[in-house]
Amino acid sequence: MEKFTTVTGVAVPMRRSNVDTDQIIPAVFLKRVTKTGFDDALFYGWRQDPEFILNQEAYQGARVLIAGPDFGTGSSREHAVWALRDFGFDVVISSRFGDIFRGNSGKQGLLAAQVAYEDVERLWEVVEAEPGISVTVDLVERTVSAGALTVPFDVDDYTRWRLLEGLDDIGLTLRDESAIAEFETHREAWRPKTLPIREPAESGTL
Amino acid sequence: MNAVPINGVTTPESRPRTLAEKVWDAHLVKKGEDGTPDLIYIDLHLVHEVTSPQAFDGLRVAGRPVRRPDLTIATEDHNTPTLAIDKPIADLTSRTQIETLRRNAAEFGIRLHSLGDKEQGIVHVVGPQLGLTQPGITVVCGDSHTSTHGAFGAMAFGIGTSEVEHVLATQTLPLKPFKTMAINVEGSLRPGVTAKDIILAVIAKIGTGGGQGYVLEYRGSAIRSLSMDGRMTICNMSIEAGARAGMVAPDETTFAYLKGRAHAPEGDDWDVAVEYWKTLATDEGAEFDAEVSIDADVLEPFVTWGTNPGQGVSLSESVPDPAAIDDQHERAAAERALEYMDLEPGTPLKEIRVDAVFMGSCTNSRIEDLRAFASIIQGKQKADGVRVMVVPGSARVRLEAEAEGLDKVFEAFGAEWRFAGCSMCLGMNPDQLAPGERCASTSNRNFEGRQGKGGRTHLVSPLVAAATAIRGTLSSPWDLSDEPGLADAATDRARIEGEGR
Repeated sequence: MEKFTTVTGVAVPMRRSNVDTDQIIPAVFLKRVTKTGFDDALFYGWRQDPEFILNQEAYQGARVLIAGPDFGTGSSREHAVWALRDFGFDVVISSRFGDIFRGNSGKQGLLAAQVAYEDVERLWEVVEAEPGISVTVDLVERTVSAGALTVPFDVDDYTRWRLLEGLDDIGLTLRDESAIAEFETHREAWRPKTLPIREPAESGTL
Repeated sequence: MNAVPINGVTTPESRPRTLAEKVWDAHLVKKGEDGTPDLIYIDLHLVHEVTSPQAFDGLRVAGRPVRRPDLTIATEDHNTPTLAIDKPIADLTSRTQIETLRRNAAEFGIRLHSLGDKEQGIVHVVGPQLGLTQPGITVVCGDSHTSTHGAFGAMAFGIGTSEVEHVLATQTLPLKPFKTMAINVEGSLRPGVTAKDIILAVIAKIGTGGGQGYVLEYRGSAIRSLSMDGRMTICNMSIEAGARAGMVAPDETTFAYLKGRAHAPEGDDWDVAVEYWKTLATDEGAEFDAEVSIDADVLEPFVTWGTNPGQGVSLSESVPDPAAIDDQHERAAAERALEYMDLEPGTPLKEIRVDAVFMGSCTNSRIEDLRAFASIIQGKQKADGVRVMVVPGSARVRLEAEAEGLDKVFEAFGAEWRFAGCSMCLGMNPDQLAPGERCASTSNRNFEGRQGKGGRTHLVSPLVAAATAIRGTLSSPWDLSDEPGLADAATDRARIEGEGR
């Protein structure tokens, strides 16, 4: 994962709340077995409307999405994050995120920056007054700047550290491999195991 | 309280703890320091074809094995057809995804139940019915409805594909502790009111974001009197309130469900396990970070009118007027939802006609759900022009239903009796609504386009789905007869609560 410090780019004001992951990427696009190639699927339903914000000329090449509260609720599909990344977004700003979406973002170098709702409103106003304006998201300082406006954002320390360092989660955990092995020696033998397969009582044929 | 070492972890008796805290503490591989997360051991990893291909690919690229194939199980559910399952899957990309899972399972030594296998089915139906889902364990799956398994007093939550890869490689996850919220549901449900109505009412009350960051613990007499199938329905939809996990403390109902299941503990192990499971209930005096109460006595059959699961009301009410909603976001969301749903404020919900009824999904596709649905439609005919699909949660549920003759009831009614899978809950397979079609669905999400592009979804219980299929308009068993006694009798037979297995 690349190190993330500062992003400057076009910001899109998306005045919608409860943008669930089914809207970010509908299920019909989840059949691929790769992590890339999802840019066309992003907001597929809404993009059929020529007036939809991402279809507007001023917002082409955007890197920052400024959305209403409860962004990324619903399904666990990480494809939502891959689609946002493929489309070119590095940052999503909202006053509240779905928990799973937030976790997925941090693993893929997408910053889910939590901004107080009043500040989201102020950012929308600045960006809408001058469509296509660049904003700067500074992960070191935890601030978003648009024109003369600078507002703070929240991201948990651990995610911030991993993004700044570009660290791989699995590699980090495997540093504790001996602790995992030690834990396993104490795990009760009666805890469920999927193997060997135990057959249930038989009943009928399909 | 519990001073017995569990998984080698001994917790002092000094502080009363919640169920969620007890399970968390028993799975601590390493306590986080200086803002780093805890490292939590995962007892059971469920895998399906949609969220796993990129995870296996990651392992392959890094040259990592699956650490514990014996704690991992895979099934095919999201893409699988529910008709002609002996034929090759017509949709090429669906077929590729299924074949990719088969290849990955073979390569990494993972147990897989493929289409046509007696244990195939929706991943959240398969785990419990095999007895793999047990109290006090941690369960993850690349699927947000993993919360279902919390019905057994397990800590169960959905994860993304990167985390799937992480669990495959390490059998652990780095996690910050969740906050805890008690959902107290006291009282007795009236006949015709079910677990589904409880959870729809909870979500309407706390909102789709109300549970973010929390584990919900469902408590109270109404929860205690539910069967395991009913408890699973409730925990299943915890994620629709924003919570990653929902839990119910294990009790005699839980133990009775598990006893004799293929992977339940046996002999002396059973006694040891039950003794431990009994210690899992939240201690007297333990504090929750938040509490919410629902009065079961006054609950009515519930239905959603909008495009998120929090937009629901009692079926006896009318489509709400967005102008009357104070919160500006809620108001804007309601306006957009009504436009999408093609509904006018003030329309009585019972006057809304449907084109389809979907009986299925990981929320409501277990045997008791099918029995409840069948008890209402038995001897009747579906309304003209309404398409009715009944999709069992697993191949085994299908067999069980057929052994009881339920398939004959469905077919005589005019319903389609299908093979197991996620089906029209999310329309990844051919089971989809056409644009503009309206569906009463026992599933969990009424998002725009969820059941097919342009499709309109009303979330309901199996009993409401059945009554709606009969009348053609959103209805509950209470509407099926002018004689209250008859309606009560019908619903009494159909009550999900209290039915043993």
